[in-house]
Amino acid sequence: MTKDEIKQQIRAFLAEHIRRADLPDDEDIFAGGYVHSMFAMQLVLFIESQLGVQLSNQDLRLDNFRTLNVMADLLERKRAI
Amino acid sequence: MDTMITPERVVAPKKQKKIKCVVWDLDQTIWDGILLEDQQVALRPGVVDVIKTLDERGILQSIASKNDHGAAMLKLGEFGLAEYFLYPQINWNAKATAVAEIAKLLNIGLDTLAFIDDQPFERDEVQFSWPEVHCFDGADLAELLTTPALNPQVITRDAQMRRQMYLSSAAREAAEKSFVGPQEAFLASLNMLLRIFPAQAADLQRAEELTLRTNQLNATGYTYSYAELDHFRQSPQHRLLMASLDDKYGTYGHIGLALLACSEELWTIKLLLMSCRVMSRGVGSVLLSYLMQSAKAAGVRLQAEFVPTDRNRMMNITYRFAGFEEVAQVGELQLFEHNLQAVQAFPAYMQVELPPPV
Repeated sequence: MTKDEIKQQIRAFLAEHIRRADLPDDEDIFAGGYVHSMFAMQLVLFIESQLGVQLSNQDLRLDNFRTLNVMADLLERKRAI
Repeated sequence: MDTMITPERVVAPKKQKKIKCVVWDLDQTIWDGILLEDQQVALRPGVVDVIKTLDERGILQSIASKNDHGAAMLKLGEFGLAEYFLYPQINWNAKATAVAEIAKLLNIGLDTLAFIDDQPFERDEVQFSWPEVHCFDGADLAELLTTPALNPQVITRDAQMRRQMYLSSAAREAAEKSFVGPQEAFLASLNMLLRIFPAQAADLQRAEELTLRTNQLNATGYTYSYAELDHFRQSPQHRLLMASLDDKYGTYGHIGLALLACSEELWTIKLLLMSCRVMSRGVGSVLLSYLMQSAKAAGVRLQAEFVPTDRNRMMNITYRFAGFEEVAQVGELQLFEHNLQAVQAFPAYMQVELPPPV
């Protein structure tokens, strides 16, 4: 899967939650300043199950999930291991 | 005959799990006779008392019956029992499927479910798929009420209202499904009010019950007795906080609990838990935000204890996404700390009422 395909998959998942299909790659989805804990859990589970990686405790930082770009970077790093 | 479960078949629980929902068969279990074959069926002696008593104890009830849905609900209505059962599964599917569906709809673990049926075949089928479900023979009706797992030590006001709360929750879910727009806009439409307050003596039974009933959203898995909680409530070295949630559909009751151990320079969150009833409302993050704001205002450091279980990963994510970092690990116990430089705000979709400053 290319980086663009990864972003497309996450964008589709996010569209159901924030109802925005056109989310820019660098927009901070947590810019509102708070994190809904169930949404965070669903996002983590989606990434793990759909994209086939296991996230460690060290990966679970807000800064790794703020934008499509940083999520794709994280996945690329995890897959390289 | 005793229950179907022999000790070696139980998925070893660390402590005695209380049963949260009893799932009933209908033919030959709630009533004598076969609804679709006999001219008339009659309630089994004592069954109404069992159903009403379980309801008063705050134990939910449902149905798994191979029957015609319309005819069975009509009959339950005639007997004045229809309202006692949440999400009745009356169809021709396997009962293992029905039982799993009920657990899913109620958002409770299968290990907190009991299944009662007169037919060994049905009990075996459920037990084969779900060894953790407690199965009872329909013939043992009289023993149900004295079974320890069906006897909560205390029955709180929240427990007595539990069925009602699940019904308003079903109304909420229907509204959520039909709502078109971002999830936050839906949450805003609920007019939620979260109250955070120091636990009073009258709240302690519910606090104890929360520690016993909550598995998925308990950050440490610690449970505390009434006496211990009463001690913490009055101790100057502790803060015991509760949270309640209301919305336009009614109350969710007392749904959150936090225990802080406080020294002059450091507060440690020993316990942070939320009822799974409010899982989709973001309450955990809000309660945690309050603790951070409060610690920051008091000029103390803030740490939190976390013990991973196979079910509380959401609390781990809640802490980490809120900006807590792991600073130490002692055996199973992970110690988190937040630097309190950036503390997340409360969400705009929820009104929050805070306790007086410390």
